[in-house]
Amino acid sequence: MYQTDMYEGMLAETIVHQGHHGEVINAYFARPLGQGPFPGMVVIHHAPGWDEWYREATRKFAHHGYATISPNLYYRAGHGTPEDVAAKVRAAGGVPDDQAVGDVAGAMQYLRALPYSNSRVGVFGTCSGGRHAYLVACRVKGSDAAVDCWGGRVVMAQEDLTPRQPVAPIEYTQDLSCPLLGLFGADDRNPTPEQVAQHEQELKKHGKSYEFHMYPGAGHGFFYYDRRDYRQAQAVDGWQKIFAFLEKYLSTPAKSA
Amino acid sequence: MCTMIVKQVEIEGSGKGTSGWFGLRQANVSYDHPFHAPLEHALNIDFVNEAQGPGTRVAVELSVESAQALVKTILSVLDRAEVGGYLERLAGVELRR
Repeated sequence: MYQTDMYEGMLAETIVHQGHHGEVINAYFARPLGQGPFPGMVVIHHAPGWDEWYREATRKFAHHGYATISPNLYYRAGHGTPEDVAAKVRAAGGVPDDQAVGDVAGAMQYLRALPYSNSRVGVFGTCSGGRHAYLVACRVKGSDAAVDCWGGRVVMAQEDLTPRQPVAPIEYTQDLSCPLLGLFGADDRNPTPEQVAQHEQELKKHGKSYEFHMYPGAGHGFFYYDRRDYRQAQAVDGWQKIFAFLEKYLSTPAKSA
Repeated sequence: MCTMIVKQVEIEGSGKGTSGWFGLRQANVSYDHPFHAPLEHALNIDFVNEAQGPGTRVAVELSVESAQALVKTILSVLDRAEVGGYLERLAGVELRR
């Protein structure tokens, strides 16, 4: 725990790294100063884009001791304000799941290659980023922890599948390779509590390690202090649960092969 | 976005964005998270010209009731204009860019 006489420093900047198919994308990267070793986090932005809230979240994880990278999953859509770029991606039906998973896998590799890495890497995301975090935890070997905050469309009806999102993430549950933390709002309509329960049932069926928390009085995006649906008490508790979960699974350095 | 409910329609006309007027080519209509409106989901319309980049955009984010009222109002105005013989068809007309 932080004490007032401790030295503290942080480096935060835009970088580039290899993503899906080795293509170069940019990312926001923040890390504590010092020799480490530090665990790593990939912070996967939400549908409204690679925006200021995600820069702040990236620095928040770094403040808590994680070398943290937030890849710009909308890099290929061109550049402009985060809203304009996100609107373009929205019109296209979102980014392809395979591409998002590949970009996050590249970010994980970037973190593990850092000389001050403890080789543990987790993934975090909200909204579509929560859905992507779950996809990565199932499809990319080597995730050490995953945090899905109100990721919608993990459960998908057949008619909602598209060429960009051809498989409902819940179908990959048997491949989930790390502990999962899920935070949801009881008043959310995407995912609904019923969909969350369906997801939980699938996790139980396959004997997966998970913690789900359903917050009464909260809807979608209850961490976003700049939105109507911000819920202070639930958000504070949610952040505490996230950092306790990550401490449990990421703080111990991975054993070298 | 989270609902992924979106449709695109080809349109002709002009929109005024942050850099002034531009020729519209598409309207992207979605029911999904807005960026600014204090709603979880909104009827969003982005009037764009994709060839000119993501920033060439005029955006509106409407409540369901507002969107429905707007649709009715547009159709009502067009009906009146048609009855009065005022409708101009832009197809094939070169717009000033």
